[in-house]
Amino acid sequence: MSQTATLPIAFDDDAPPALRVRGYWSTVGYRLRHDPVTLCFGAIVLLIVLIAIFAPLLAPFDPYKESVILRLKPFGYRGHPLGTDELGRDLLSRLIYGGRSSLLMGLIPVCIATALGGTLGVIGGFAGRRVNAVIMRTMDVFYAFPSVLLAVAISGAMGGGMANGMAALALVFIPAMCRVAETATAQVRSLDFIEAARATGAGTFTIVRYHVLGNVLGPVFIYASSLVSVSILLASGLSFLGLGVKPPTPDWGLMLSTLRQSIYIVPLSCALPGAAIFVTSICFNLVSDGIRAAMDVRL
Amino acid sequence: MLRYIAHRILLAVPIALGVSVVCFSLVYLAPGDPLQTILPSDATADMVAQIKHAYGFDRPLPVQYLLWLGHVLTGDFGASISTRRPVILEVTGALSNTFILTSFAIPLAFIMGYTMGALAGCFPGRVVDRLVTGAAVVGVSLPNYWLGIVLVIVFAVQLMVLPATGMGPKGSAEFSLLRWSDAQYLVLPVITLAMIPVGIIARTTRAAVAEVLNQDFVTTLRAKGLSEFAVIRHVLKNSAPQVLAVMGLQFGYLMGGSILIETVFTWPGSGFMLSKAIINRDIPVLQGTILFLSMIFVATNLVVDLLQSLIDPRIRRS
Repeated sequence: MSQTATLPIAFDDDAPPALRVRGYWSTVGYRLRHDPVTLCFGAIVLLIVLIAIFAPLLAPFDPYKESVILRLKPFGYRGHPLGTDELGRDLLSRLIYGGRSSLLMGLIPVCIATALGGTLGVIGGFAGRRVNAVIMRTMDVFYAFPSVLLAVAISGAMGGGMANGMAALALVFIPAMCRVAETATAQVRSLDFIEAARATGAGTFTIVRYHVLGNVLGPVFIYASSLVSVSILLASGLSFLGLGVKPPTPDWGLMLSTLRQSIYIVPLSCALPGAAIFVTSICFNLVSDGIRAAMDVRL
Repeated sequence: MLRYIAHRILLAVPIALGVSVVCFSLVYLAPGDPLQTILPSDATADMVAQIKHAYGFDRPLPVQYLLWLGHVLTGDFGASISTRRPVILEVTGALSNTFILTSFAIPLAFIMGYTMGALAGCFPGRVVDRLVTGAAVVGVSLPNYWLGIVLVIVFAVQLMVLPATGMGPKGSAEFSLLRWSDAQYLVLPVITLAMIPVGIIARTTRAAVAEVLNQDFVTTLRAKGLSEFAVIRHVLKNSAPQVLAVMGLQFGYLMGGSILIETVFTWPGSGFMLSKAIINRDIPVLQGTILFLSMIFVATNLVVDLLQSLIDPRIRRS
């Protein structure tokens, strides 16, 4: 993003003539602080997370309370700012609560995939040869499925539900994560400093822990951050198909699918849950782009 | 060249077999015994054993897999649990409807994404570039099923100019592209489906074109006095392999994404059938559709690989 810094070190605009050299992380921090787009969307992400955490305090109504006479009411009807859904539940409250499952299903699969896929990738990349071949060729098979199709196939066979949906999404992300970690590990494996560490008598574990991981975690973290918005999109897609969160739990994907039946009665409320998914996903995407640019050592 | 082609095809075989193993094991991921759906609820232990034997469920798993693979290769995917019809008929019928959608959506997506990306890449940092980059981020973050719903709200509910869902009153048997009364059902699903890969294709094309534009040979071309148009032609040609690779991948996402889009528009294609199979817990149909769609994806990737090596000798030699 910023074209000003051309070295892994960056300089303060108002620094004294004697140049101050920064470390890597303070450079990343400096870049992020001077990137208004990332800061702005990061603030929105924080806001969305806070809204989800403090949902019980913010929601004006109980998101589960149904009412036969209040079904499918328009915006602003009797104190319901966004109207009600097909069972007479307050739509604003459900949107506020809905962020919880969407964020969980965006973050947890990525964390699982990072841990498992990253570990497999480091093992494959560092062990090389046969171990590498076994791990990477297995990953290739899962890579041969389009991601939506694989997620739908696994959670469809397992029978839906939030836990199964998360497991399916984690499985979708593991191969890609594994490839990123494997590439990064294989790149440093044959470098001289690893050889030097081995010559001083360091064991495999020590080498991986102190010399390899530091070089692998960066690309893995960057990739993981870009997966969050994909995970949110796929998760709400699963819920939309009836494979993720089960009713009556409020969830954006699920709300989109049930409100769709009433598209001719309340067309505007029908579009709201999707707008929430869209805003969340685009914010995570832009923040991840910002992190990628800030952490890029080539700039 | 022939050796290279043979080599690539041989490499695709284990992948295809691996994919079939995953599809085979889908049945065992399902909670409960795979036999539960076929057995009557008051079956005796003796009957269960008999049926298990008849279906081969009493054999070891690798044997079961080989038997299943043998059936699949001869076109026998079993019968649908909800309709009792052979899965192969159901899947091929639905696939032909999906094919109608994708044959319009894919060219539309590729042309749009490529044009946007090439324009942005040729003018890095300019207004066009910023617009395209912004549009690409929106495209990548957009839940396409929601886009479909929004399009329905605007064009079907509010403006009432296009039909909301389905394939027309006559259904798929007499669907004709030449009659507007039928073809109008295509407009919204095709646009929605085409939007899935546009963002990523535009992004990759932009990056590839901008990268080639920075290479030394471009300076040489300019120094030789070539017109800017001819320079751009060279640049586009050189960025083609990278773009092609992404298009191949995106083809798969488009096929996968059609599950959601067809559900939104109740378009009777393979994706809609898949979502129905999920609701009815119709595992044979689920398995057959996934196998077909993923094999199409494997085949496309192979074709893309071969095309790439055809236009780019560097790949062949490495």
